[in-house]
Amino acid sequence: MLRLDQATYDAIVAHAKRDHPDEACGIVAGAEGSDVPSRHVPMINAAGSPTFYEFDSTELLALYKEMWDRDEEPVVIYHSHTATEAYPSRTDIGLANEPGAHYVLVSTAAHGNSEGPVEFRSYRIIDGNVTEEDVAIGDTEN
Amino acid sequence: MPIEVRIPTILRTYTGGEKAVNADGATLSALIDDLEANHPGLRDRLLENGDLRRFVNVYVNDEDVRFTGGLETAVADGDQVVVLPAVAGGAGDQAEPAAR
Repeated sequence: MLRLDQATYDAIVAHAKRDHPDEACGIVAGAEGSDVPSRHVPMINAAGSPTFYEFDSTELLALYKEMWDRDEEPVVIYHSHTATEAYPSRTDIGLANEPGAHYVLVSTAAHGNSEGPVEFRSYRIIDGNVTEEDVAIGDTEN
Repeated sequence: MPIEVRIPTILRTYTGGEKAVNADGATLSALIDDLEANHPGLRDRLLENGDLRRFVNVYVNDEDVRFTGGLETAVADGDQVVVLPAVAGGAGDQAEPAAR
């Protein structure tokens, strides 16, 4: 299960809506080994595309170095699908290289930049195998 | 003359779980050969058809080697090499997923 606080959930949804119709992407970092996503880092989609996302390679290195300095890891890696459902594509599965991360997909297909609900789902993607998991939004107790 | 190479989580199965390993070489290409000698299987995860995989990033002293000569990039004692898989994906299937 993925547990995410309300403010981070809202920020991810807002990012996805803002960047629609291009895909939005980013991470939520957390203390190494904690499985607690605590620091939202929206990233620029260097591909600037409605069907593809990629972190800029220089920004990717800066992000990881910052996480290493803080003893963090990417607990959540998220991106949006803007015309299709929030389910990992073949591309998503082939390029999923963080076996410890929760892969979050947000679909903005229904309402685009406008207000209205989005599809927000989370998966584990390990060795090409996709497992959906529950998402619990709310302030974490511990 | 060791050069420290930072290994991403997904490739640590090749390094016995080590986050960083030492290697030698005058170029990135030679360095990867040396890595392969001590950690068999690693080269195939970095290279494809003799070139760096599209969705694997390698940095020498914070510079993406795609901008510094690729596999011919010179490396020397004390340099820091970082390997990071791209964070990428998307709804479209036109992009070629990294082969495994």
